[in-house]
Amino acid sequence: MPPLISTSASASATPPQVAARKARTGYLLLLPGMGWLAVFFAIPFVTLIITSLQVPTGASGVYAPGFDIANYGEAISQYGNLYVRSFIYAGLATLFALIIAYPLAYFIAFRGGQWKGLLLVLVIAPTFASFLLRTYAWRTILADEGPVTGFFNALGVLPEGRILSTSIAVIAGLTYNFLPFMILPLFAALDKLDPRLIEASNDLYASPVTTFRKVVWPLSLPGVVAGTLLTFIPASGDYINAQLLGSITTRMIGSAIQVNFIQFRDYPIASALSVILMFIILIIVSIYIRRSGTEDLV
Amino acid sequence: MAESRKVEDLHLQNLTKRFGDFIAVDDLTLTIPAGSFFALLGPSGCGKTTTLRMVAGLEDPSEGLISIGDRDVTGLRAFKRPVNTVFQSYALFPHLDIFENVAFGLRRRGIKNVTPTVEAMLDLVELTPMARRKPKQLSGGQQQRVAVARALINEPDVLLLDEPLGALDLKLRRQMQIELKRIQMEVGTTFVHVTHDQEEAMTMADTVAVMNEGRIEQMGDPADIYELPTTVFVARFLGQSNLFAGQRAGAGADSVKVSAHGHEFSIPNSRNNAPGANVIVGVRPEKMTIVDAGDPIPDGHDRIAGRTVDVSYTGVSTQYLVQTSWGEEITVFEQNTVVGDRSRVGDSVEVHWAPDHAFGLDGSGLAPAAVESESVSVS
Amino acid sequence: MRVIRRHILTVIAILVLVYLFIPIAVVGVLSFNDPPSKYNTKWYGFSLDAWTNMCGIPGVCESFIESIKIGLISTFVATILGTMIAFALVRYRFRGRKSTNLLIFLPMATPEVVMGSSLLALFLNMTFPLGTTTVIIAHIMFTISFVVVAVKARLQGLDPSLEEASRDLYADSRATFRYVTFPLVAPGIAGAALLGFALSFDDFIISFFNAGTLVTFPIYVWGAAQRGIPVQVNALATLVFLVALSIVLIAQFAAWRKRRSLQASVADRDADLKALSMDALSRS
Repeated sequence: MPPLISTSASASATPPQVAARKARTGYLLLLPGMGWLAVFFAIPFVTLIITSLQVPTGASGVYAPGFDIANYGEAISQYGNLYVRSFIYAGLATLFALIIAYPLAYFIAFRGGQWKGLLLVLVIAPTFASFLLRTYAWRTILADEGPVTGFFNALGVLPEGRILSTSIAVIAGLTYNFLPFMILPLFAALDKLDPRLIEASNDLYASPVTTFRKVVWPLSLPGVVAGTLLTFIPASGDYINAQLLGSITTRMIGSAIQVNFIQFRDYPIASALSVILMFIILIIVSIYIRRSGTEDLV
Repeated sequence: MAESRKVEDLHLQNLTKRFGDFIAVDDLTLTIPAGSFFALLGPSGCGKTTTLRMVAGLEDPSEGLISIGDRDVTGLRAFKRPVNTVFQSYALFPHLDIFENVAFGLRRRGIKNVTPTVEAMLDLVELTPMARRKPKQLSGGQQQRVAVARALINEPDVLLLDEPLGALDLKLRRQMQIELKRIQMEVGTTFVHVTHDQEEAMTMADTVAVMNEGRIEQMGDPADIYELPTTVFVARFLGQSNLFAGQRAGAGADSVKVSAHGHEFSIPNSRNNAPGANVIVGVRPEKMTIVDAGDPIPDGHDRIAGRTVDVSYTGVSTQYLVQTSWGEEITVFEQNTVVGDRSRVGDSVEVHWAPDHAFGLDGSGLAPAAVESESVSVS
Repeated sequence: MRVIRRHILTVIAILVLVYLFIPIAVVGVLSFNDPPSKYNTKWYGFSLDAWTNMCGIPGVCESFIESIKIGLISTFVATILGTMIAFALVRYRFRGRKSTNLLIFLPMATPEVVMGSSLLALFLNMTFPLGTTTVIIAHIMFTISFVVVAVKARLQGLDPSLEEASRDLYADSRATFRYVTFPLVAPGIAGAALLGFALSFDDFIISFFNAGTLVTFPIYVWGAAQRGIPVQVNALATLVFLVALSIVLIAQFAAWRKRRSLQASVADRDADLKALSMDALSRS
C-alpha cells in the first residue's frame, strides 16, 4: 500500500467535536424564541402568583408585596360557582364540537381526495373574519323574534322561551367558535389512517359500524384528545360568548377575572382567580402528558 | 469529458463505525483500484451502505482512515470531498428543473458558464429534451439517469452508487446496468456500487466484495469468487450451494478426500480452504447432474443417491429438490436442453458431479445441521 | 343502502361547512344594512354607505390601521423566532426536549384570559407602561407556538436525502440552506406567517388586558358592541375576510394548476415510455 500522509494519529474526523458544534447551533436557534416564551409566558405566571399574594395599601390599584393567602379563600367563596359553570359550559361545548366536527373531518380525510386542501381552507376561512363580529352575528341569528328561535319554540324545547341570554346561546356560541380547533386535529389524525385498514376490516367481516368502533375511532383517538384539549381549555377561559350571548346568570370565570383586573383593579383577587384557573388546566394537561408524552404536542 | 484524468486508488484503512453498542462496520481495510467498477454486495444491515456514506462524508467514522491516492480525506466534510453520490431515492431537487439539478454541483463550486458542460452531460445520458422539466415529470429510469448525470458532471475521483437500480422494474434495470457499465468505461471514474442483488453485482462489477455483519467475507473477480467461495456465507449468499459437513479422510494425488454421511467426496487441493479436519464440501446446483437410479455415471464423479421431492420448471431450467438418505435436501439446476423425460417427484435418483467443481470450506466451529439446512447465519 | 349511507356523510359535511359560514354571511349582509341608529342587528334596508364611507365613524379606521401595524410587526418577529425553534427541534439534538415541547405547547392551550392577565401582572409589577409595545410583545408571545407547529410539520416532511445530496454536491451548510432547504420550507413558513397575522389581527382578550389606552380593531368592536356596532365595522371585517380568503384560494388554485400540468406531462411521459420500451424490446 502506498504511504499515506495523514495529519493526525486518530481518526481525523473528530466526531465528538462535530456533534458538539451541532448541539451548540441547536441551542442558539432555540434561544431567542424560547427566551421570549420564558420571559413573556412562563415568568408572568410567577408574577401572577406573586400578585395574587399581595396586600392592599389603601391606594386604589396599588398593592404591596405580601403573602396573603386569604385572597384565594376570598376568590373562591365569591366566584367559586363560576368555575363550575365555566367547566360545564366548556365541557358541553367540547362534546358538541366533537360530534359536529368528526363527520366533517372524516369526510375531508377519506372523501376529500384532491379537494382536501380546498376543504381545509374552507374550515379555516371563518377565522379570517373577526370572531367578535361572528359571535355578535349570532345575536341576529338567534334573536328572539328570529326564525331559529321561533322554530325551536314551536317544538317547545326552550325552557325560557328564548335562546339569547340563556346558557343555550352561550354553549352554542362556544361550540361554534372553537369548532375549527376540533376539526383540524381530528382531520390530522384521520388523514394519517391508512384507508386499507378499513378495507381489511371489511374483508374480515366487520360491518361499517363495527369498523368505526374497532378500527377508526381507536386510531383517531390522538386527534380526539388533541382536539379536546385545544377546545376545552380555551373555552373554559372564554367570556366573550357569555357576555355577548348570555346574561348575568351565565357569567363565566373569565369575565370575573377581567372585571377584577380592569374595572375594580383588585389585582390580588383577579390574579388569584387566574392562578386557580391555570392550575386546574395544568393538572388536566399533565394527565394527558403522563399518558401520551410530549412529542405529539407540538 | 476530460481526457486522461489522473484517477487514483481509494483506500479504506481500519474503517469502523459504531452506533452505540452496534458495530455497523468492523475494521474494514480495502483498496479499490482506480478506474474500476467495484461492487459492495451484501444483505440488508451488513454495513455496505454505512461504508458508502463514510466514503461520501455523510457519516463520520468511529475509527479509521479514508484516502484517495495519497490524500487523507477522512477529516474533510462532504461538500469538500471529490466524491459524489447517486442516492437510492435519487434525491433530485424537486423545486429545480433537470438542468439546474445537473448544474447544482458546478454552481456551488463557483463555475460560471455551466451551460455547455451541462448540455454535454445531458447528451451523454440522453436526456436533452427534458432539460427544463421538473423531476416529478420524469419516469423512474429517467430520474435515475439525471441522478447519475448530476453526480458525474463534477468529475469526481470516486462515484458512489447506493442501490440505484432498486426502484426499477426488471427490464429497465437490465437496461440501466448496461448503461452504467458503458458510462463507467467511457468516463474512466472509479465506481463503487452498493447492492444486495448479487446478479447485478456480478454483471456490472470488475471486483465484488461480499460483506456480512460489517466485515468483508470475500473479495475478487465475480467469476472467481462465485466459482470458489471461501466462506459458508459467500457460498450461500452468492448464488446457491449444496453443503455437506464432513471430516478429512485422506489425500489423493492433488486432492483431499472428505468423508461425510457415509460417502466419500474428493476436492482438488487448489479448491480446498479448510485448514483442518472439519471440511464442508460444497457443490453448486448447476454443476450437478441428476439421473435415474441405476443409470450410468461418468468415471471419477462423486455421487449421492436420493429421492426427488420437488420439481420446478422455470423455463430456462428445471430446479430439482432431492432428499438424501440423511434428510438433507439437495438443489440441482438443469438447463432444459433435453426434450421430455424430466425426473418426477418420487423418483429414485442419483446426483453426480465432477470433483473439480467441488470446493472445501472450513467447518470448524459450525454445527453440521445448521450448515446443511438453508440457514446462512454462522454461529 | 350503501348509497344512502355514502351520501349521508356528504350531506352532514356540507351542513357543517354551511354552519361555519352562516355568521360570516350575516356579517357580510349586515354590512349593506341601513340602520337608523347604531344598532346593527336587524335588517332595515340596503345601502352601500358603509362601503363607500368606511372611515366615516371616528376611531374605526385608526384602530384598523393599528391592528394592521401590530399584526405586521408581531408576525414578522414571531415567524423568525418560531422558524428557528422549528429547525432546532427537527434538526438538532439537545437536552430538555420535554420541557421545550411543553413550553411551546402551553400558549396554544392556555386560556387567553390567563395569558392576558398574567402578562398584565408582569407589566404592572414592572410598572411598564401599557400600550402598543406591550400588545406587540403579547402577540409575538402567543404566535410563536403556532409558527413552530406549522414550520415543524413542513420540515419533517422534507426528504433528508435532499440535503445530503446537496452536501454531496459541494454545498456547505449555508449554501444547502439557501438553495435547497429554504426554498422547500418556504411555503410552510409563508403559511405560518399568514396564520400568525390572522391570530394577531383578530386577538381581543390578550390585547384588551395589555393595551392600556390603545385601541385595536377588536377592542374597538368590543367597545362598540355595547353601544351598537357601526355598519362600517361590518364592511371592514368583510373586506378583511374576502382579502384573506382570496389569498388562500389563489394559493390553492396555483397548486391545483401545478398538479394538473404535472399529471398531463406524466401522462405524456408514460406514453413515451411505452414507445421506448417497445423500441428497446425490438432492439434487444
